[in-house]
Amino acid sequence: MPSPSPSAAAATPAPLDPVPPGLIALFAAFAKISLSGFGGVLVFARRAIVEEHRWMSAEEFSETYALCHFLPGPNIVNLSVVFGSRFRGIAGGVAAFAGLVGPPMALVIALAALYAHFGEVDALRRSLAGVSCAAAGLLISAVFRMMMPLVRRRAVLLLLVMVAVFVAIGLLRLPLPWVLLIAAPISIAISYAQKRGTA
Amino acid sequence: MNSEPSPLFALISTFALLSLLAVGGANAAVPEMHRIAVDVHHWMTETQFADAFAISQLSPGPNVLIVTLIGYAVAGVAGALGATVAMCVPTAVLAYVVSRRLSRSGASRWPAVIQTALVPLSIGLMAASGLIVAQAADRNWHAVLLTVIVAVLAAATRLNPLWLLLAGAVLGFAGLI
Repeated sequence: MPSPSPSAAAATPAPLDPVPPGLIALFAAFAKISLSGFGGVLVFARRAIVEEHRWMSAEEFSETYALCHFLPGPNIVNLSVVFGSRFRGIAGGVAAFAGLVGPPMALVIALAALYAHFGEVDALRRSLAGVSCAAAGLLISAVFRMMMPLVRRRAVLLLLVMVAVFVAIGLLRLPLPWVLLIAAPISIAISYAQKRGTA
Repeated sequence: MNSEPSPLFALISTFALLSLLAVGGANAAVPEMHRIAVDVHHWMTETQFADAFAISQLSPGPNVLIVTLIGYAVAGVAGALGATVAMCVPTAVLAYVVSRRLSRSGASRWPAVIQTALVPLSIGLMAASGLIVAQAADRNWHAVLLTVIVAVLAAATRLNPLWLLLAGAVLGFAGLI
């Protein structure tokens, strides 16, 4: 919800909580974030960490997320570890990670057991087929959303890299390590050249 | 003893490596998971893989939990736990080390060049994920139509994705897909 006086709110942001969260608080906060996160945990993480608990300012959160997005692997998992360890060292990282992954993993294991028993039931088969079609649609829409900034910037070379990666992985089904080994340096070289060109 | 190498070991080593290669997050790693689980090791059928993706999207929690389902299909609960931990821990350790180093040196600015460079890789991988899930899921023109409609609705509106997934479930249950 937009604040009635955004300039005043930005000038005097609510003070951060001076008491760093304990291990149980970290676990509980990330468990709650994770279990409310249908279709994207990030929104809930930002809300809980920045607005609800005031453990980080919005800028700190964005910076931390940028780092975690930049590193490989599940971004939000990286975020939980980096966030937890900032307050309580390695134990804090483990607590936040366990909260994020543990409870939904237990739920998913239960679903997997159900699927193993009832996966051949026709009604379930049909329903899951419908969900997979919709899930494919969601992925495709995410691709278009992410692509638009490149299209608007007319970053033709980067778009070519994107298409090449798509062809190599999606159509030719080549192994990911080889594709990255070739595409990453090319993409870095293009980005570097463009940076120098605009600077 | 089995003459074949233990599937649990293959599972853990596979996902531990993938953890460090998953540029753009778990959904961008879906094509490689599919290649390994369906094409290379035949751990799952095409349909089981599409179902696993569907269940992981329907469940709360991070997208990485598709790995839990693949692990369960291979080696039960041990496989589920092993695969999930293997997919998370290497990159988590890397994130921990990098964030420590950054806060110590005080340099929080990221090399913007590399960040820019990773964007097209992530998008290309996500597009491949979309294609692979669509190929596994869309078995007739009704299904393709549903995928296209969901893609357009999700791009054009701010509908919660969960509603679109549930709409897919209802249409499927009704026998329309």
